[in-house]
Amino acid sequence: MSAQSEKQNPAFYALIVALVVMSVGPIALMLATSFKTNVDVYDASVPAFFFSPTIKNYETVLCNFLWYEPEHVDYCDPTFGRALVNSLIVGLISTGLTLTIGCMAAYALVRFKFMGRGAVSMTTLLMRMVPPAVLLVPVFGIWTFQYGLDQTYAGIILIYTAMNLPFVIWILQSFIVQVPIQLEEAARMDGANPFQVFFLVVLPIIQPGLAAAAIFTFRIAWNEFLLANALSGRSTRTVPVTIVNSITEYDINWGVIMATGMLLAIPPILFTFVASKQIITGMTAGAVKG
Amino acid sequence: MSVAIKANRLTPYMFLAPAGIILVFALLYPIGYMVYASFLDWSPSQRIGQAEFIGFRNYVNLWNDDAFRESFWVTIRFAAIVVTLEMILGVGLALLLDRKLKGMAVLRTVFILPMMIAPIVVGLMWRYMYHPTVGIFNRTLKSFGFEGIPWLSDSTWSFIAIVIADVWQWTPFIFILALAAMQSLPRSALEAAEIDGANEWQKIFMIKLPLMMPVLIVTLLLRLIDAFKVLEVILVLTNGGPGLSTEILALRIFRTAQEFQELGEAAAMSNLLLMLLMALTIGMFLYNRVQEARAARQRAAAEKDDT
Repeated sequence: MSAQSEKQNPAFYALIVALVVMSVGPIALMLATSFKTNVDVYDASVPAFFFSPTIKNYETVLCNFLWYEPEHVDYCDPTFGRALVNSLIVGLISTGLTLTIGCMAAYALVRFKFMGRGAVSMTTLLMRMVPPAVLLVPVFGIWTFQYGLDQTYAGIILIYTAMNLPFVIWILQSFIVQVPIQLEEAARMDGANPFQVFFLVVLPIIQPGLAAAAIFTFRIAWNEFLLANALSGRSTRTVPVTIVNSITEYDINWGVIMATGMLLAIPPILFTFVASKQIITGMTAGAVKG
Repeated sequence: MSVAIKANRLTPYMFLAPAGIILVFALLYPIGYMVYASFLDWSPSQRIGQAEFIGFRNYVNLWNDDAFRESFWVTIRFAAIVVTLEMILGVGLALLLDRKLKGMAVLRTVFILPMMIAPIVVGLMWRYMYHPTVGIFNRTLKSFGFEGIPWLSDSTWSFIAIVIADVWQWTPFIFILALAAMQSLPRSALEAAEIDGANEWQKIFMIKLPLMMPVLIVTLLLRLIDAFKVLEVILVLTNGGPGLSTEILALRIFRTAQEFQELGEAAAMSNLLLMLLMALTIGMFLYNRVQEARAARQRAAAEKDDT
């Protein structure tokens, strides 16, 4: 603990290297496998990481986006390409909606002193508790029979927005509290109406908070399987649903499915490297008081 | 002026309305609906109005259902084992790595990767690693001349397999929280202990851990709540099998609704799961309250001493 002795012993560095290998290893293995042909996967003499890579798996998966026709693909199965587009649509729209609506609500709660922060954190906590599996039955029933939203984008987007709202409101509140009220008063003096104050003054200031909230919302919408599986139809399936559908087949083509998994994993991995600090803040927010 | 005041009075409601409407229609209503549906004999082809009201029969059926009880215990066992292991590993690592280190930010970034990736994908890569012939574990074992392990086809091993995957994914969560708690400990207490000649172990057990306890307990409860929600990883890895050995409650709800089409029974199970989690959450909330009250009392006492 002593501050001067910064020379750590080698065992310490060995531990750190081991930890990094352990946490990245499975992901690296998936990446490596996604560049392997199925023959190589089943050939025990081909090592896990050092082999001649091929992009054939990615060509198979993304065949309907390619401008050329890969010769090894006899029949182009558009399922995954379509699912990728669906996932993007659902993820982006629900993130946009959640942020807009959540931001407005958070602003009202802070500036007009509605409910206390305590009530909002309590709701957030309660929402964190509800497992998606619990929402499965009622959401399926209501969306199908009452709202008529089954098999549409709107249905999936609606439930993701609702699931993410409490958390987004809660995290944005803590950013809005820090916006100096004088700034808003000055804008109002100049004749701005409440909506202008909100969109032109407050929003630009809380951008870091919006970024954190956006990452969390998009990640949940992008990764979620259970509700998407119950609500989506043939043409609105998202990527996680197609992955689960394809692994129930008896003969798994590991290279292709790893390429699919990798494509699903890439956006969250990118976010992690770009904004790990905000992610950690959001992740630890429930336990360490903010 | 009066028009302005009126507008101002309405503004907050206009800002809150969209969120309120969505939360009521897409969250509160479904949850209430689920409670009601748990009293119905309901299959997915029926509208809810056509479903027969059967009172508590779904619950009685569940109570008498050996498979349900088995999966209830699997859930409890899974949550208990996983959370215990993750707490020990996470806090232990935090204690070891709590020093001034250059690459700490990079290390933390690497550690949150497993939590950010879709659970479906986590299941996928572990399923590949556990594969009896092409998986890396069995290949390594075989290359050393050992027998391969039936990771996903033996009921004991498959339980161990899902525990390992979960520990891999979620230990970093506890590590990061514990590290944050540790780095905000008051330096004065540790320095005082050092002056009094405490050794490393004494410092850990007499000072660090007790001071971190409030955060650790909240971490534990958060993780426990999440452990009851795990579904996708297990769905991809074992789909609950072999037999019922890894069929945790969330997965059973999914299968009851999807495969067996018993929506009423699935709702009753959801209800039970929700009540279990509610108890945990309320426990956590009360614990927070007690802690705050105690801290306030101590502060008041300290101020009294000063005067």
